[in-house]
Amino acid sequence: MSWVGRRLPRLEDPALLTGRGQFVADRAKGALAMAFVRSPLAAGALTEIEVPPIDVPDSFVFTAADLFGVGAIEAILNRPDYKRVPQPVLAGDRVVFAGQPVAIAVANSRAAAEDLAEQVFADVEPDEPILTFEDALADGARAVHPEAPGNVLVEGQLRGEGVDSAFDAAAAIVEVELRSERQSAMPLEARGGVAAFDPGSGRVTLYASVQMPHMLRTGLADVLNMPESDLRVVAPDVGGGFGQKMSLFPEYVALVWAARHLKRSIAWIEDRRENFLGASHARDQRFRAKAAFDSDGRILALDADLLSNVGAFSCYPVTCGVEPLMAFAELPGPYRIAHYAVRSRGVTTNTAMMAPYRGVSRPMLTFTMEQLMDRAARQLGLNPLDIRRRNLICDFPHTSPTGLVHDLGSYIEAMDAAARVADLEDFRERQTRARAAGRYLGIGVSVFSERSGYGTPAFAARMMEIVPGYETVDCEMDPSGRVTLAIGASPHGQGLKTALAQLAADRLGVTPEDVRVVSGDTDATPYGWGTFASRSMVIAGGASQMASDKVAEKLRIAAAQMLECAPDDIELADGLAKVQGANRTMRIADIARALHHKSHLFADLAAGLKEQAFYDPAGTFSNACHIAEVEVEPATGGVRVDRFVVVEDAGRLINPLIADGQIAGGVAQGIANALYEELVYDEHGTLLTTSLADYAVPTAFEIPPIDIHHMETLSPATVTKAKGLGEGGTIGAPAAVIGAINDALAPFAVAINTMPATPDRIWQALRDAKDKAA
Amino acid sequence: MKPAAFAYLKPENLAEALRFVADNADDGKLLAGGQSLVPAMNFRLARPETLIDITGLEALQGVEEHADALSIGALTRHATFHKPVSDGALGRLLVKVVGHIAHYPIRQRGTFGGSLSHADPAAEWCLVATTLNATMRLESSGGARDVPASDFFRGSFTTALEPNEILTRITIPKLPDGTGTGFVEFARRKGDFALAMALTALHLEGGAIRSARVGLGGVADRALRMDAIEAALVGQPATPETFATAGQMARDQISPRGDIHGSAEYRRDLAGALLERALAQAAEEARGAAPT
Amino acid sequence: MSDTRDLTLRVNGTVHHVNVEPRHSLADTLRESCGLTGTHLGCEHGVCGACTVLIDGRATRSCLVFAVQVEGSEIETVEGLAEPDGTLHPLQQAFWEHHGLQCGFCTPGFLMLALGALRENPDLDDEELRDLIASNLCRCTGYQNILTAVRAAADIMRAKARPAPNP
Repeated sequence: MSWVGRRLPRLEDPALLTGRGQFVADRAKGALAMAFVRSPLAAGALTEIEVPPIDVPDSFVFTAADLFGVGAIEAILNRPDYKRVPQPVLAGDRVVFAGQPVAIAVANSRAAAEDLAEQVFADVEPDEPILTFEDALADGARAVHPEAPGNVLVEGQLRGEGVDSAFDAAAAIVEVELRSERQSAMPLEARGGVAAFDPGSGRVTLYASVQMPHMLRTGLADVLNMPESDLRVVAPDVGGGFGQKMSLFPEYVALVWAARHLKRSIAWIEDRRENFLGASHARDQRFRAKAAFDSDGRILALDADLLSNVGAFSCYPVTCGVEPLMAFAELPGPYRIAHYAVRSRGVTTNTAMMAPYRGVSRPMLTFTMEQLMDRAARQLGLNPLDIRRRNLICDFPHTSPTGLVHDLGSYIEAMDAAARVADLEDFRERQTRARAAGRYLGIGVSVFSERSGYGTPAFAARMMEIVPGYETVDCEMDPSGRVTLAIGASPHGQGLKTALAQLAADRLGVTPEDVRVVSGDTDATPYGWGTFASRSMVIAGGASQMASDKVAEKLRIAAAQMLECAPDDIELADGLAKVQGANRTMRIADIARALHHKSHLFADLAAGLKEQAFYDPAGTFSNACHIAEVEVEPATGGVRVDRFVVVEDAGRLINPLIADGQIAGGVAQGIANALYEELVYDEHGTLLTTSLADYAVPTAFEIPPIDIHHMETLSPATVTKAKGLGEGGTIGAPAAVIGAINDALAPFAVAINTMPATPDRIWQALRDAKDKAA
Repeated sequence: MKPAAFAYLKPENLAEALRFVADNADDGKLLAGGQSLVPAMNFRLARPETLIDITGLEALQGVEEHADALSIGALTRHATFHKPVSDGALGRLLVKVVGHIAHYPIRQRGTFGGSLSHADPAAEWCLVATTLNATMRLESSGGARDVPASDFFRGSFTTALEPNEILTRITIPKLPDGTGTGFVEFARRKGDFALAMALTALHLEGGAIRSARVGLGGVADRALRMDAIEAALVGQPATPETFATAGQMARDQISPRGDIHGSAEYRRDLAGALLERALAQAAEEARGAAPT
Repeated sequence: MSDTRDLTLRVNGTVHHVNVEPRHSLADTLRESCGLTGTHLGCEHGVCGACTVLIDGRATRSCLVFAVQVEGSEIETVEGLAEPDGTLHPLQQAFWEHHGLQCGFCTPGFLMLALGALRENPDLDDEELRDLIASNLCRCTGYQNILTAVRAAADIMRAKARPAPNP
């Protein structure tokens, strides 16, 4: 029986359930503590930093002037339109967002470090801050960075032939202007690092709550001008990341610098306020799009102007191109678009740096495409499912207008399946009855594709100086028959270790409990890219399977020699090598021991059982349909999500329990995006939402049960036949929820265009509609 | 987010607590449940030099029932009200309200008197005290005085408490038999401070309102008792039309401030809508509770 | 101002002698002075609930209580939940089986929250349970599996608490 496909409870869990997980703060004992002095203002010249006299042992303050030999963080895209804006570790002569690190305070406890930090004053001669698209793109706007007059850091443009004539020929033209306000990935464990200094070797081991440990080592070594071999990065248990723990942040550079400078171990454990102020933000996009339809509801052309606020800097390594260029490339989503025109800009402002957050642009582009569909359907008198059915891709492989290749999927089938589960006819009856009673129910449909598991070609196409994408896995069976997979991916809550153990167990004839997966330690794993972009199951999974197959092949050759048969006759299962069709077996552990301890018997085989595999796929597309059912209360503007249906097609499911968990958690974040979470700056550029009382992460009360169903279109594009699904929940849910609100409010002729759709926004929209009608 | 350093005092009894409070009148702060104070300290928004921990004072714990009132020790935990502390409308109302105060673990530790002394304009107990005309007993080494809620709350996070005083007991008059109560609040998330809330108590006679209590919270610098609406309700039929009129009166009489969670105009309108609901809830309960 | 105090704390039935400043929260003291790092800090202002422990049986945010306040109290943390032989508590077992955790950072807080509430009322209905679980934040699971797990554990705990019928 196969381990793949089973709902196996996770191997990671017992330690986490008993309080024996090892998160980064759990390793801070004995280290000095670091706190940051952060800019109180959004923009201006940093004229002086007042440092108090220090008379306490083990207490230090450092500013930019102390960091000799330390470079700036510089994320590079090799595009002519890209403007480089180096990010200093500590602000030098100017500050560019409120929360930017200005100085370091080190003391023997975090409380003492905070005591010290609050005595350091940054004197800033303020500039008028540039905060919004309007501020940044105004004629003659002040440049946030002198290197980037005009405040556009990256710009993609495409105007396919025939766009204009398609609009001329249209039966209907639909236009939308949609907003997503600024949000935080808000991992429950904030960022943090412990830089452990080894006086003997001078080496630093940085335990850090990160998603890309190898990349962090490279980035740190580059900025600090040190050999990578003098640094070991370990991502221990990581309390969620969702993209926020991908980037090289100045805080980590400062931490490692200080540990080397003081020759001491130092911990920086970020608190929640710092996490809101200083860690990366996300979303904050404004998309204008218009689509031309023929009278049957077929899209003829799409023309879009997309703005992404990228904040004060360009995140390393993926750069500030990540949001605007993904929007540029993937706006058409799951729909066949013959003629496509787009302009997509990344705009810099005096706000915290933007970096990936689960979904990256696709929550907004899915919202955009689905609103275009809904509004066109209304205009043309079509059923919302029919108009989608007429436009969804159905011939595979499908090449998008920007050249992306969609492998085999089930776009229409998944939508129809979701509609059956949601029982749309029954809903329409309930909706009619409810309206008669003064209650407003609505339903929203969201169909989308999730580009996942893409390797270097996709990143190279973005012209990134650093091209991520491949993964390498070492698979070793020790003399006792136990297996270790050392992976370059760096899971942080996904359950990847269990899923990889299931894959390897099937290939090697052992149980998942026999397979230990090592990740996140640059001393113990092959160079790799970490866990992000719905990639690890596909790419690390593929490499794990390939490496396991190599070990299995060697086991079969050895077994064949010992059991006197052909290697192809050997089946590895249940801990045994079995000769098919005969009653002869050997314990796999005995073969492993022989290969290690009696290697002289196997003349044609190298000793031991360690193999490496490398995998760099072009990528695959999952697809899904989300249907949300909501009730909107016009008197309060309140929205309750009553029901949420997901039909997901992520190819072969390695562990459906884990897959469902990824989807449910993603949908919860998508509902948060649609209804609850918003980071707010005031007009001075001061962040007002610096607590979890003000930043409204939803609770169990707000999130409904998610009804999840699967289709399994085996991917021809990946070795495991699996597709990635880590981001899908977050991508599809906002469009479904807002679509449902707009359906509920159809009697009032109200359309919600901004996420999150807070009670106040809904109330305002209803009032505006009433005023207009009066 | 670690608090600034402070000196810690733990009095053995009320007399000692009063002495400590007097001795540290300039820079001391009482620690009751700590569920509002300690977050503010962790953000270093509050930084008392001395913290006087009164959580152990037995004399300030527990609820006493008298013939016409409940006398609530200031250190009674919110969770005490998860079950009715007395028969009758008041006990039931307190159960109705307490479930809206933050979350279960906060209610295990936070105290009734601590909440009133903190005087958050959106605190549920402040609305209860104001609407039901509670009396606060404030004690100092020099003696005690009783202050009605209308004098106790002076503004946002501001009360009549002098720096050398401790709020020790709160007396809430019971509601007459047959009274129905309503409590409705609207918050962005379960357990959040409400964007607005309404508390009502109605006594009906033959389908008409004989007496009414109406309070609104979260829409001004303190909880508001809406005397004019109470007066207007008396004698009116307990109908949706009457409640809608009351809701409109509320909208006309308040001028809330906006913040990142809701604009001023929104909160004004919301408060009216919630008041309508709270009145309907009270009327329904009053009809069910009417003496046979 | 950084005067410290000697305190004696009882945690999971074990006595710990610690020396901390009055400003040290119970959470920091458990983690730094008692070596019990299973109690996590997600916000330090009482919203996320990752630091929830039991103080004299009551589920409490340990970031909002100073260690100096709880001398003489019985403290229970996630480390005390499983049997000494490693057998998981029904809550832990149910979280495992129902995939009630992903990154695991919030998990100790949810376990202790549920433990305290179910001890007070073993018969929480589904609505009360949802209200309760809304006390803490989880960023990974979307909560449904946590609710399912606590429901399942509550049923097992109730069955175990019921005296065995006479044969």
